Amino acid sequence: MVEFDGVGLRYGPDAEVLSDISFNLQPGSFYFLTGASGAGKTSLLKMLYLAQRPSRGIVRLFGEDLVAMPRHRLPGFRRRIGVVFQDFRLIPHLSARDNIALPLRIAGVSEEDLSGPVGEMLSWIGLGDRADARPATLSGGEQQRVAIARAVIARPQLLVADEPTGNVDPEMAMRLLGLFEALNRLGTTVVVATHDIHLISRIENAQMMRLERGRLADPTGALRYPPANRA
Amino acid sequence: MIIPRVPVQHRRLLPDHRLSGPTPWVIAILMMLTLLAAAAGVGLARSANAIGDAIAGRVTVQIVTANPVTRAEQAAALRRAAAAQPFVLSARSVEQEELQATLGQWFGSSEGDDPVLKSLPLPALVDIDFVGEDRTVHMRALQALVAREAPGARIIPHAEWLGPVARLIRSLAWIAGVMVLLMALASAAVVIMTARAALGTHYATIEMLHMIGATDRQITRLFQRRIAIDTAYGIALGSLVAAAILLLIGWQWSGVTSGLAATASLGPAGGALLLALPLLAIALAALTARQTLLAALKKIL
Repeated sequence: MVEFDGVGLRYGPDAEVLSDISFNLQPGSFYFLTGASGAGKTSLLKMLYLAQRPSRGIVRLFGEDLVAMPRHRLPGFRRRIGVVFQDFRLIPHLSARDNIALPLRIAGVSEEDLSGPVGEMLSWIGLGDRADARPATLSGGEQQRVAIARAVIARPQLLVADEPTGNVDPEMAMRLLGLFEALNRLGTTVVVATHDIHLISRIENAQMMRLERGRLADPTGALRYPPANRA
Repeated sequence: MIIPRVPVQHRRLLPDHRLSGPTPWVIAILMMLTLLAAAAGVGLARSANAIGDAIAGRVTVQIVTANPVTRAEQAAALRRAAAAQPFVLSARSVEQEELQATLGQWFGSSEGDDPVLKSLPLPALVDIDFVGEDRTVHMRALQALVAREAPGARIIPHAEWLGPVARLIRSLAWIAGVMVLLMALASAAVVIMTARAALGTHYATIEMLHMIGATDRQITRLFQRRIAIDTAYGIALGSLVAAAILLLIGWQWSGVTSGLAATASLGPAGGALLLALPLLAIALAALTARQTLLAALKKIL
């Protein structure tokens, strides 16, 4: 599903923030991306959700080379990726309902067809009665749930979450993790960047991706050559 | 399409309040000045053309023979002979009373009873209009005719003394045209600044829209629509004020019936141009906004 091969990333003339990153994400798998602050987690996620092109190396997503891909083709790929930002990035003047409906509207789904899924999603995240509330009137946890709902409403093939539980209490963190797990069971590949060790231990089959000073620790080679791909 | 159609739900992606702040007002002022300059340009150009047409084929023969009887006879003979020529459209003797009335304006006496004016030895004048465009040949034929009928008379082509005036008016019309172009450029610059400011203000929304798969075209249509509407408000306001001013000037102008001023008018083509200018301005604003937005969005991955 996602293949990084010898990927490096630098911003401007500075030294590389990511070097020689190689991995192969399997469809339907669950990954935790960990590492100290400044290790390059957010930069790696940016490349995953197509906000950044690598400075070198090969990035393949859904079987296509993204490095050489013309810019006008990127929106089609982005619609297959859900992103949960650490700072939510909800559109402040839109209601919770409209924020969640955004990916479907951008994809051209009619109002008739999107009202059902959006209503179900609002109920799923427990905000059915706050559908018309603006983000500023929602708590941090509620905003995070809206952000997650927006990321998953279009049933993405890949879900990328940057510290999704950083602003919520442990109970809410577990509930949100439950949402990711449910999606993963439906076939979505999930990549969650987190510092929370308790969270990591909750998902049995999750794989770890650890970044250390811009390099991916992969002592067994399992990330680069997953068992299913080995000859 | 000048103002792109955007679904209502998508329009809500931008906040309800206006994007551009003072933009509609600046555009209104520029539009008003553009229309006034265009109207002046059209009026002056038509005036210059009217004068040019009027003077192009007209000459006045000035007979200055000292003997008034001989002078009058020569004038009459020249008028008759000229009128019989195939290259002459019309020939007319200017009456002495007409000359005295014209001079009276300068002498401060319109009654024609000024003794100084009456004592002046006025020349006899014959106005001749040529047929067609080939004035060089006509002039040579007229010179021969004048030499025969009124020796010593001077032939004065009107283009010699009214030509510079027509050229001046034409230059003013060109200047007005250049002003229209400059103001169109200034309007485009205002729209570019507005579009860039809107992108800056709503960058977070744009970035988010990009992240969830919105195309440049989708985002551009949102902003283009809003900017085009804001600009259209300004253009409508500026056009209304300009129309009011032009109607007032037209009403006052209708009382002017003499001299060069009477030749100035907009005409149907000029009126159509003035009506088309606001629509062209909206189209220019929308196109400028679109290109600015697309260029800016291309800088974002």
